[in-house]
Amino acid sequence: MTLDILAYAAFFLSMALTYAIICLGLNVQWGMTGLFNVGIAAFVAVGAYTSALLTTPPSPDRFGGFELPIFVGWLGAAVTSGLLSWAVGALTIRLRSDYLAIATFGIAVTVQLCMLNLQPLTGGPFGIGFIPRPFAELQDNALAFSLANFAVMAIVVIALYLALEHLAKSPWGRVLRAIREDEMAAQALGKRPIRFRLQAFTLGGAIMGLAGAAQAHFIGFIAPDNYMPILTFQVWAMLIVGGSGNNRGAIAGAILVWGLWALSAAAVSTFVPAEQQARAASLQIVAIGVGLCLMLLWRPRGLFGEVSPLTRLKSLRSAPSKAPSKE
Amino acid sequence: MNPQFIMDGLIAGAIIGLGAVGVTLTYSILRFSNFAHGELLSWGAYLALAVAGALGFLSAGLTKPIAPFSFGWALPISAVIAIGLTGLLALAVDALLFSSFRRRGSAIIIMVMASFGASLALRSLLEFLFTSKPAYFTKALQIAMKLGGGLRATPDQLLMLGVALVAVVTVHLLMTRTDIGRAMRAVSENPALASIAGIDVRRVIRTVWFLGAALACVAGIMSGLLIQIRPYLGHDLLLPLFAAAILGGIGSVPGAMLAGLIIGLCEALAVQAVGAEWRAAVSFVILIAVLLVRPRGLFGKAS
Repeated sequence: MTLDILAYAAFFLSMALTYAIICLGLNVQWGMTGLFNVGIAAFVAVGAYTSALLTTPPSPDRFGGFELPIFVGWLGAAVTSGLLSWAVGALTIRLRSDYLAIATFGIAVTVQLCMLNLQPLTGGPFGIGFIPRPFAELQDNALAFSLANFAVMAIVVIALYLALEHLAKSPWGRVLRAIREDEMAAQALGKRPIRFRLQAFTLGGAIMGLAGAAQAHFIGFIAPDNYMPILTFQVWAMLIVGGSGNNRGAIAGAILVWGLWALSAAAVSTFVPAEQQARAASLQIVAIGVGLCLMLLWRPRGLFGEVSPLTRLKSLRSAPSKAPSKE
Repeated sequence: MNPQFIMDGLIAGAIIGLGAVGVTLTYSILRFSNFAHGELLSWGAYLALAVAGALGFLSAGLTKPIAPFSFGWALPISAVIAIGLTGLLALAVDALLFSSFRRRGSAIIIMVMASFGASLALRSLLEFLFTSKPAYFTKALQIAMKLGGGLRATPDQLLMLGVALVAVVTVHLLMTRTDIGRAMRAVSENPALASIAGIDVRRVIRTVWFLGAALACVAGIMSGLLIQIRPYLGHDLLLPLFAAAILGGIGSVPGAMLAGLIIGLCEALAVQAVGAEWRAAVSFVILIAVLLVRPRGLFGKAS
């Protein structure tokens, strides 16, 4: 019994960590750079499908199945999603700030259509199965299998976290923050905002693709239903709750919101009669939407939000300057 | 090729155009792209459905179809009430959400995000209240009339085209010939200067919300009457609405309507040429083309 619970906990945490990876990618785009992406589901889906095509065994009724190692699939996923984000960014980042949002929304709709209709490539509404899972040889032992997968996810998240923290402190990260806080000043120092924004958007998209691949291999099966707009909403809720601009916040937010989501879904399925479950599930989504708005209204920096460097500087300056002014 | 696509395209385009006029007005005056605008279409349709149901319950005579059309007096009456209610809904969302961001001077993108959250909540609330099962204003079937040139249309469809034309001309006259219209254009040019010149900016903002919501409600009822009513009705139209607003040029009422018709016609053409399953991609292709070639749109001012 306790072993079962442990195996389930490992499964639950692994799932939460795949969301944490998406969240880290979104944090590069939104938290570090201030770019609004409403098409998260599309970038995750492209990653998942790329990796699935590269690693599944050949299949007669659709293109691909190259049986490459899982590692290659993950890499391919990051590259494809990165390229897609680069294309979207190159087109819209130089325009008004919300054109990027509208374009990413369009990408989400279009990728959804492609998943459903490009049957020879994506398997259509039934998706792709038999995606190789890491440590498949341990599958008989549920506990060992879950723990091994959890370890992989944890290593990926920690590695990404360390890399992103390093990046944020690097000159590149400082330029990004400078652009976000005061574009004119950054431009005056000879930095080109458009180029840096585009790089950040591409990097974020690549991380989302990686997350999609990780999730696909963890579950072993993908279908268009997994990449509905609700995924985008969930990830946004995670980042806003955790605190944008803060990588630790992004990870904590992912685990917290995924936990709340799983708990409320379990509550709906136990306490609500079967014929009313679809309605109750829609209330769950209302709660996410209202929660998102309330967070924006009351605590825009989230639970662990980053303190803006300018505010920090101001409070540092004002603290010592107040003391002498009293004399 | 069957010329019927022209009729289908005009009808879809009229619905998109009416919605896009609302998007372009809120965009040019409130300065953010409102992702919750599609939900105003769905709410408009469902509010009209609920009011029409209540009217039909009170008096069965109201549901008896009026001569060539498929609906009774209950629908026009409930449409007027629903327009008011949708306007109130938009004002309520603004008072609860967007006004506090404006007061704080939040970044535009925060408002976009809040509208995103609001759209999610509004849509799922509809799904909760009315379930996701499609609903209809009327169960009556209509025979399409021959119009010549190989075109066919039902009386309902022709009436709706007329309604859309009247609505757009009214809004255009309102924007160009009345005091409130001039005030709206002044605020869209420069809000600070407009308020110094004695224009009540808050009144202008309320008018914009009400006007946009009223047009959205009309578009929602049109879509509900001619196709069906679903909670995702507005969400599925959101991309065409944005594409039409950008193609027409942000802030231009005739531009939005014209662009709506162009997108509707292109969609209908694509349905015939490529297949109905790719319909939703048409507005994305148009959007990308506009952003590449002429980001300010047909009638937009250069920024």
